[in-house]
Amino acid sequence: MTTAHASLAIDDVIGRTDAVLAAPETALSRDADALAEELLGAAEAVLMRWLIAHGQVPTDGAIEGFPLLALHRQGARGDPSFNACRETCREIVYHRNLIRLEAAEPERARRVRLAAMVVRHLALFVGGKLETAGLGEFCCSSRPLRQSEYSETRTV
Amino acid sequence: MTGKYEKVAYYPGCALEGTGHAYNRSTKAVGEALGLEVVELKNWNCCGAMEVKNVDPKLQTYLSARNLSIAQDMGFDTVMAPCNGCYHNLKKAEYDLARDADSKEVNARLSSKAGHRTYEAGKVETIHALDWIKHSIGEEGIRERVRNSLSGLKVANYYGCMYTRPRHIFPEKDKGPGSESTAKPHFMDDILEAAGAENVEYPLKTACCGGAHALSDSDTSTKLVLNLLTTAEACGADVIATECPTCHTGLEMHQVRAEKVLGRKTKVKILYFTQLLGMALGLSPRKVGVHENFSDSRDLIREKGLA
Repeated sequence: MTTAHASLAIDDVIGRTDAVLAAPETALSRDADALAEELLGAAEAVLMRWLIAHGQVPTDGAIEGFPLLALHRQGARGDPSFNACRETCREIVYHRNLIRLEAAEPERARRVRLAAMVVRHLALFVGGKLETAGLGEFCCSSRPLRQSEYSETRTV
Repeated sequence: MTGKYEKVAYYPGCALEGTGHAYNRSTKAVGEALGLEVVELKNWNCCGAMEVKNVDPKLQTYLSARNLSIAQDMGFDTVMAPCNGCYHNLKKAEYDLARDADSKEVNARLSSKAGHRTYEAGKVETIHALDWIKHSIGEEGIRERVRNSLSGLKVANYYGCMYTRPRHIFPEKDKGPGSESTAKPHFMDDILEAAGAENVEYPLKTACCGGAHALSDSDTSTKLVLNLLTTAEACGADVIATECPTCHTGLEMHQVRAEKVLGRKTKVKILYFTQLLGMALGLSPRKVGVHENFSDSRDLIREKGLA
C-alpha cells in the first residue's frame, strides 16, 4: 500500500473524505502532497476490504506503478460487475498525479477536494456491494441477483 | 453535415416509452431540428434490459439480435439507441454473435422458431444518440445552427457506467482523435460546448449511479446519487447533463429522496443532453419535454434565457 491505511474500514474512509472536504483551503493546499497519498491509500484500503471479504489475499503488486490498479484488477477477476469502479480507480490515480504536479495553491486545494469526492464514491460503491453481498451482486452488469435465494425457491 | 447517419433506424427501448419519455421526445425533436431522420423499428421488443441476462445471457443476445434483424429487414445498416442499457445490449449481442458459437446457435434456433430472419453479426451497426449527432452534424454544424446559446450555463456531463463498459464490445472507441474515449468520454462535452455551454471538470462522469438498485437497495443508490450531485455542485455545475434514462431517473428520484431521508438538499438540475441541445437549437422547453422531468429546472431555464 502507498500508506499505512490497510486497517481503515469503509465508514472510516467516508469519514476521512468528509473531513478533507470540510477542511479550509489553506490546509488543503499546504498538505496537498500528503493528502494525495493518504487518499490513494484510503482507496486501496477500500479495495482490500472487498478482497478480504471475498476470502482473497490482496496482491502486493502494482499496475503502472499503482497498487490501487492491481487491487482493482484482482477484485474484478471473475466478477465483471466490479469493473463499474475501474474508471473511478483510474480517476483517483489521475488526481493524485495532478496534485503532485500542480504548483498553484488554489488549484492544489481544488484537486484534493475532487480526489476526496472520487474516493468517497469508491467507498460508497464498494460499501454498497459489500452490504448487499447477502442478496447478490450489486451493479447493472451483474450476474444473477439473489441467485441463491432463487435457487432455494426453486428447490422448494 | 456528413450524411453518414442522416437517416437511421431508431430503437427507443422500453425506458423511453416510460420514465424516459422526455428523452424520447427530445431526441426526436433534436433530430428534426437538425434535419436528421429517424425511423422507428417496427414491432421492436425489449432488449432484455438488466434482467434477462440474469436468467439466460443467450436469450438476451437473441432479444437484441431480433431488433437488429428488424433493422436489416427495414433496409437499414445503422440503428440508433439513445438508452445506455439498450445500446450496451445491442453492442454486446453484436460482439457475442461474431465470436460465440453457442450464442449463434441459440439465436438461429429461436429466430427460426419465431419465424423471422436470423441476424448475422456485421450487418447492422449500433450507435448511441451521441454518436449520431457527433458524427452526422459535428461541433461546427451545431455552432452554425445554435439560435439560443447555452452561454453562461455550467454543465457537468454524466455518462454513467454502461456507455463505455465493457470496453471490448465498443471496438470503435479509443481509436485516437475523433473517436470516443472509454476512460474519459467526451462526445456529450463536445456537443454541449458547441451549443455554448461551459463544461465543468466532473471527475465522476462514468461512475456508477446505483441504477439497477434504485428501488431494491434504495439507501445505497441514494448515497451514490447524493455524491454525484454534491460533486457536481462542488465543481460549479448548474445542471447535470445525462444520456441514459436509468441514470437520469435515478438522479432525479434520489435527489428528492436524499433530501427526505438524509436531510441533504441539492440544487443542481438534471436535464437530458438532448433537452439542452434542443433548447440551444431554439426549441421550446415543452417541445423537448422539460415538463416531463421530475427535476424542476424551469427557473434555471428562465434565468438563463432558454425559455
